[in-house]
Amino acid sequence: MRRAITERIIETCIRLSGLVVILFVVLVFLFLLKDAVLLFGHYPLGQFLLGTKWLPISEPPSFGIIPLLIGSLYVTAGAIVLCVPVGVISAMFIAEVAPGPLKGILKSLVEILASIPSVVLGFIGLVWLGPFLKDLLGLRTGQCGLTGSLLLAFMALPTIISISEDALASVPKAFKEAAYGLGATRWQTLWRICLPAASSGIIAAVMLGIGRVIGETMVVMMVTGNSPVIPRSITQALRTLTATIASEMGEAVSGSEHYYALFAVGLVLFISTFLINLVADAFLRRARQ
Amino acid sequence: MVAAIETTVLNCWFGSLQVLKDVDILVERNEIFGIIGPANSGKTTFLRAINRLNALVPSYRQTGLIQLAGRDIEEIEDTVLRRRVGIIFALPQVLPISIFDNVAYGPRMHGIANRSTLEQIVEQSLRRAHLWDEVKDRLHSPALRLSGGQQQRLCIARTLAVEPEVILYDEPCSGLDPISTAKVEETMQQLKERYTQVLVTNNTKQAARVCDRCAFFLMGQVIEVAQTSVLFTNPADQRTNDYITGRFG
Amino acid sequence: MSGARVRQNIAFGLMGLVTMLVVLPIILTLWYVVANGIGAISLDFILQPPRNGMREGGIFPAIVGTFILIVGTMILSLPIGVLSAIYLVEYAKDNLFTRLIKLAVVNLSGIPSIVYGLFGLTVFVVLLRLGTSILAGCMTLAIMSLPVIITATKEALESVPASYREISLSLGATKWQTVRHCVLPYAIPGILTGTVLSLSRAAGETAPILFTVAAFYLPRLPRSLFDQVMALPYHLYVISTQVPNMPLSLSFATAFVLISLVFLMNLVSIILRAHYRRKRQW
Repeated sequence: MRRAITERIIETCIRLSGLVVILFVVLVFLFLLKDAVLLFGHYPLGQFLLGTKWLPISEPPSFGIIPLLIGSLYVTAGAIVLCVPVGVISAMFIAEVAPGPLKGILKSLVEILASIPSVVLGFIGLVWLGPFLKDLLGLRTGQCGLTGSLLLAFMALPTIISISEDALASVPKAFKEAAYGLGATRWQTLWRICLPAASSGIIAAVMLGIGRVIGETMVVMMVTGNSPVIPRSITQALRTLTATIASEMGEAVSGSEHYYALFAVGLVLFISTFLINLVADAFLRRARQ
Repeated sequence: MVAAIETTVLNCWFGSLQVLKDVDILVERNEIFGIIGPANSGKTTFLRAINRLNALVPSYRQTGLIQLAGRDIEEIEDTVLRRRVGIIFALPQVLPISIFDNVAYGPRMHGIANRSTLEQIVEQSLRRAHLWDEVKDRLHSPALRLSGGQQQRLCIARTLAVEPEVILYDEPCSGLDPISTAKVEETMQQLKERYTQVLVTNNTKQAARVCDRCAFFLMGQVIEVAQTSVLFTNPADQRTNDYITGRFG
Repeated sequence: MSGARVRQNIAFGLMGLVTMLVVLPIILTLWYVVANGIGAISLDFILQPPRNGMREGGIFPAIVGTFILIVGTMILSLPIGVLSAIYLVEYAKDNLFTRLIKLAVVNLSGIPSIVYGLFGLTVFVVLLRLGTSILAGCMTLAIMSLPVIITATKEALESVPASYREISLSLGATKWQTVRHCVLPYAIPGILTGTVLSLSRAAGETAPILFTVAAFYLPRLPRSLFDQVMALPYHLYVISTQVPNMPLSLSFATAFVLISLVFLMNLVSIILRAHYRRKRQW
């Protein structure tokens, strides 16, 4: 009898944990929404979404998210343009070309990269990459969008490489053997057969990489110059959505418009990464079939 | 005397696929009841209906009555039913733990913790499964080091350890060599005085050697049930004859 | 050599070069941090609190703080993570609830860490009145670590052969007994590996602890779960951006310690995995 009761308790806990996981996502959304909505009581949603000035402490304050959105967009686009080709090609090399031992070494190196804390990369951007780019390109400052893009591209590589590599490795052997049977070289097979067959997985990899880049905070806060104005080029100082929250929350008075505005920015981030992940998940699922 | 197992108008489905149609089978106490038939004739499904293992598959549905010693099994809890009706799977399925722990697994799950009681149960079960002499000196070595035939007898011992009334065998010798098969068959004969046994087999010769009575299943239906000697020498149905003479299946 | 062969060699060669574009920066990054950081490493640096506005002394409180955060995060996230993975693999039927959990796991893993920071601030720090504290920080990091633990546990459970479950059930064991004695023991290596990996990630995170636990400068050690602590990643952020005239060698040394800690945890998980793989018999 006691056995049955213990069993009942444990099974209830198991079910509850499942429920708790769902609850967390709902709660994160609801609490961001709650605090964000408090902003729109004072400040019109339209001006928030379409405003071109982010001046949280001027009088009257202005909470236009456009400069931050464009900042995030610049940095993300720059990172993706850099890391997608490099990542996918490296994944192809690791999956199909590299011989056994080299493959193992390359995979461990990618895993090592994945585990380097972002604040360390931010630090390196600050003391080395920024000044280096400044001298190399003759920029006014090394703390700019480009430095951020380069570092974020570097950070997104493990995501893109490991998921693309999985996708390439799971292409059925029969496909390749059929191609070899017809006299195709390994390169032709890789390019014409494996890459198209793994395309869903590779798209998912790219989407997850984008999600990672948009959400990254410390690197961009440390190296992109933290200037919340609409940048005219990627070599100017700018500021992303994430960096805005991280650098201003400390000074925002709890319960002020500024405080709520930062939650509204968080909500925008939440919704965009949520959508990106849904799409990535859909592609991953298709890749598995 | 009440039958050990009796099914009445048993129908089973996996999804929309009907695997058993109106199966009426009666198994007497202490007999070895054989079930023969070609692949996909529903033999294994029938076996796994008796201890409700089919129910682990989400798409499974079943109608009809199954009685164990005169009682509808739907009234019996899963754990109790599966204790009373043990099963031996096609390939020897041992857990990657010691011989002793394999046999003691069932009793432990039923709350027996006393070391000496467990030792007694393990010894008795291994003796009845004709494995004791071969393993008594290495009870605590990994069960996976045993040969295939020994592993299958270990599975029988593991089932005996929870004191079942009925033992189901699902093609127990399909992965074994002839000598191991002979040992398993001999064990089954020895177990007859205590247990009711149901043997599903692809091997008609094995059924002829071991079983008291046999049923011939074809495409989910029972074609014929008879004394083994009768079924194999003078079947009433042409299809049974075709099967045992090797014309199909 | 045929044209196709030549083209293949050129293509593979170029691919190798591109791969070097990934490999070289990784090696250079590590070398850069190690070469510049190792000189300032000493017993005093590890075991002394910072002095003179963090421009001298060590990083002991930050090391201790990070350690506390790791342990607290594990205590909070491991049970929920493992139990919900057990639910998904062993109990879940194909229904709406199950699909919602899977969706939730996918999305938890995609939420930016700074958003977790916001959530921790508004719920744990403000609403639950925990203040900026170890408790609030660990809770935030725990939620962030859940998806990795769940995914790793799920894979570990799924790799246990289905026959083990059938054996156990067929002997009259209950569902939970089966999971407890016939599935979990064989899944533990995978669970451990995933947990250590997720914790190493949590250890290196800065954004979620910015507003929930991290202290700018707090040389004494915490006395209760409601205290703030210093943490290595936040300390590195602070000394490299907020402290004027900071000697670079100390920043490098801090980065070196942080990287070493994270690698050490990864190494532990790799060793665990290898150790159990050798022992496993199925």
